Amino acid sequence: MAMSDQPAQIPTTSKRDFLKYILGGGLIAWGTSILYPVLSYLKPPPEGGVEVTSVKVGALSSLAKDSGTIVRFGNKPVIVIRTAAGSLHAFSATCTHLDCTVQYRKDFGVIWCACHNGKYDLTGRNISGPPPRPLDEFRVVVQGDDVYISKKS
Amino acid sequence: MSGIWQKTYQWIDERVQLGNLVEFMGKKYVPLHRGSIWYYFGGVSLFLFIIQVVTGILLLLYYKGGEELAFESIQFVMSRVAFGWLIRSIHSWAANLFILAAFIHMFSVFFEKAYRPPREITWVTGMMMFFLALGFGFSGYLLPWNELAFFATKVGTDIAGVIPLIGKPIMVFLRGGEEVTGATLTRFFGFHVAVLPGIFTVFLAVHLLLVQRQGMSVPLGHEEVHGPSEKAMPFFPNFLLRDLLLWLLVLNLLAILAVFFPWELGKKADAFAPAPAGIRPEWYFLFMFQTLKYFPGKIWFLDGELLGIGLFGVVALLWVMVPFWDRKSALGKRNRLLNYIGIAGVFYIIVFTILGWLL
Repeated sequence: MAMSDQPAQIPTTSKRDFLKYILGGGLIAWGTSILYPVLSYLKPPPEGGVEVTSVKVGALSSLAKDSGTIVRFGNKPVIVIRTAAGSLHAFSATCTHLDCTVQYRKDFGVIWCACHNGKYDLTGRNISGPPPRPLDEFRVVVQGDDVYISKKS
Repeated sequence: MSGIWQKTYQWIDERVQLGNLVEFMGKKYVPLHRGSIWYYFGGVSLFLFIIQVVTGILLLLYYKGGEELAFESIQFVMSRVAFGWLIRSIHSWAANLFILAAFIHMFSVFFEKAYRPPREITWVTGMMMFFLALGFGFSGYLLPWNELAFFATKVGTDIAGVIPLIGKPIMVFLRGGEEVTGATLTRFFGFHVAVLPGIFTVFLAVHLLLVQRQGMSVPLGHEEVHGPSEKAMPFFPNFLLRDLLLWLLVLNLLAILAVFFPWELGKKADAFAPAPAGIRPEWYFLFMFQTLKYFPGKIWFLDGELLGIGLFGVVALLWVMVPFWDRKSALGKRNRLLNYIGIAGVFYIIVFTILGWLL
């Protein structure tokens, strides 16, 4: 019984296989043609905008000693610190841990992140808490009474 | 009066055979034992979910999305719209009570081992709803666009970004860009009012259908109840009335909380202000938040955050899959070890939540 069926089945199987591949392939192509545009749509387009290279912070006299100010650098916050001794430093104000915005803590003389109690010293080095690396430093230039910050290359 | 009802019933019955359903309802019994009180928490969760749907729709009538509109529109709801403060306060409080009720429901099911066969799917759908509830909480928290929510969202989405390979695309997808901006608000709004409710409803339907179809689980060592018995209470009307009474009590509690402890709006989010001191996430994320605080930046060569999230991920997966690996309970034997693990889990959550609150 099985022996006599065997020769007749071979062409049927290959025909069936052929149809299976055509239909299966078609189904995959169809699925892809739907999924691809949808998945691409989910990804937001890159934000346009001018690359900021330098920003004016303000007058030197407006920055009190032993204080920190947050300024806009493009769409990112930068913290400008004037130490008690009077020297100026600027760092990215975005905590390297989980993206919170840091602040200057006068009482400890450190840069502090409220979210997870991360601390950085006044050279931007991570000294305590969860931050994995130092804050990115910005260059500070004083021209007359004006303070400018720019990206360190 | 009864004539009209009878006619309406008959009209529907002729078309969809209501008789079967009524007969089924009449045969439903709720087992009575020392743990029967825990049966109520599923119903309480459902009730609070319904409240969320209703108050959520009411808030939708006035809410406006967008960086320059969201905070102001909630301010408008709370100060100008009649009873707006109440609706918003109820929505916020009910969200918290909902998650609390779901926590209790989940742990009671866990300790009673109600997930054992044949109720694995009920457990898994319940867990999916629990995760969706956390998603509801996280996405809804941002919608008023206040300072606390802004940083909570920054941290929460940044945590997703820690996962290697797929983390960054997920973060960008959630934020609608590299940063948390108005684009994030738009997306979260969509998740909160359309995506999550849609998915949640499907799981809820399956969950409730299974509970009706399989009847209530009984603790190990008790006989399942499928008909009138001394150790059971008819669902209709006896249990249902008790359910409704408890719902009424919950509604009262909700009203007291919403009126006497109105939910605050806080300060409007400012992307160029430092994170405020004392910032912390909602209480149901607090134990995870506190745990991550204790992880140093680097552990050996691994990223501390990644290790913490990985651990929570593994625990969550094991928790969801418990019906499939707890062979002992499946065979009807007591699994003491699992009870101890559960108690340790509850203890851990409570202690870390308190620590997170105090520190």
